[in-house]
Amino acid sequence: MYIPVNDMLKHFKQDAPAMANITHKSDQWSPYHDNSGTVLAVGIPGAVIVAGDTRLSNGYNILSRDATKLSQLTDKCVLATAGQYADFIALRKFLQQRLQLYEFQNEVQASTETVAHLLSRELYSRRFFPYYTFNLLAGLDENNHGVVYGYDAIGSYDKMTYGVQGSGQELVVAVLDNQLKGYNKINKTIPQTREEILDIILDCFSCAAERDIHTGDNVEILIITAAGTERIVKPLRKD
Amino acid sequence: MLKHLYDTDCVTWSPQGKLFQVDYAMEAVKQGSICLGLKSNDFVVLCSLKRQPSELAGYQEKQFKIDDHMAIAIAGLTADARVLCKYMRTECLEYKYTYESHHPVGRLVFKVAEKSQHKTQSGAKRPYGVGLLVAGIDPNGVHLFETCPSGNYYEYKCQAIGSRSQAARTYFESWFHLFEKSTLEQLILHGLSALKKAIMEDEELNEKNVEVGILGKNQKFIHLNAQELKDYIVKLETFNANTQIQQE
Repeated sequence: MYIPVNDMLKHFKQDAPAMANITHKSDQWSPYHDNSGTVLAVGIPGAVIVAGDTRLSNGYNILSRDATKLSQLTDKCVLATAGQYADFIALRKFLQQRLQLYEFQNEVQASTETVAHLLSRELYSRRFFPYYTFNLLAGLDENNHGVVYGYDAIGSYDKMTYGVQGSGQELVVAVLDNQLKGYNKINKTIPQTREEILDIILDCFSCAAERDIHTGDNVEILIITAAGTERIVKPLRKD
Repeated sequence: MLKHLYDTDCVTWSPQGKLFQVDYAMEAVKQGSICLGLKSNDFVVLCSLKRQPSELAGYQEKQFKIDDHMAIAIAGLTADARVLCKYMRTECLEYKYTYESHHPVGRLVFKVAEKSQHKTQSGAKRPYGVGLLVAGIDPNGVHLFETCPSGNYYEYKCQAIGSRSQAARTYFESWFHLFEKSTLEQLILHGLSALKKAIMEDEELNEKNVEVGILGKNQKFIHLNAQELKDYIVKLETFNANTQIQQE
């Protein structure tokens, strides 16, 4: 006597029969969107250079070709953020308000180190519903030398000489390791002048735009010195 | 002597319809050192005389930035002014956070007036003992307001409050018709001329005891520094309002 294949299952013990009816939802609503793009910052004696592409995307769609990822918080420091644009805006608004209050209370603008710590605390205050932001805080320290602080989404931070965040991070940071630190370089020539470093940054963005679909359109560069802020915009691939 | 019968607190009217506590608070403003403000089509200028409690002390600041587009000059109890200043700054920050634009000047002055009035209708509180001159720029134009401990507020083309302010007001009455079309420099010189009228004979204006703040449609609030003040005080020697009429 044969047993039809479809009836076989009832002859086997089912340990947890209830589990047989569970289907896993794969399309649950998420409060997070990755608007991507790439930002980088390099600190040199006397200046800091911050750059970010201006493309805003969502998945395979482009939302804007002209959206800034950089925000100047004080005369001496700039916030550069990759990740969710709405969270960048909310974070920027909070910092601008809080730093204005700091200036009223202390009669002087916050130093870059102070802003760095403030940013870390604000990110951690949202430990259980994080800002989807990957930040770089670039500024001039008390001696007007360029310094970069890099963050993760919940506020862990460290002082660095250069940093990259965003969808093109892996592509770009390896190039900077080679060019600015001389890692794995046979002829160890480290660029010294501002112009050389600007060229490297522009090249990095061009490279990232070639391979990363989320990076492109334009690159916006801010150069912060004790004398003021200079802004340069250069075009990138638009595809 | 009869005045003392109805002046214990704010919740007692006098038979003449006065709240003496509020009137007394206004007196505190009149005791403060002079500050004045005047406006043209594009600028508002605040000038104040800073008091020095003793030779050993510094000069008391009388002008405070509220936001890029707004500033106040105070006369009266500085401690009360600090409270109002903090309130105004917080309101401006919150407005900017919510609406991404500058707090309309008249509306903030109204909020301050509301707060001041509240203190005049309670048995347990006292009115603020400070008058403010609020200078501000918003899409409605260039503004100069005065607030009182009573909770009233008024908008002015030019106004002076504090000790011996009547002398400055008399100067304004003669020349305010020129202010609208004045340049910034002329406006500052008018302000300093009015201030000069209000100082005592043995006093003189110098870069230490004068405070000048300017606000413009394209100019965030800024104080003149010591060197600029010195230059203007020198220019004051040869400044004559009559020459301005001849130019026009």
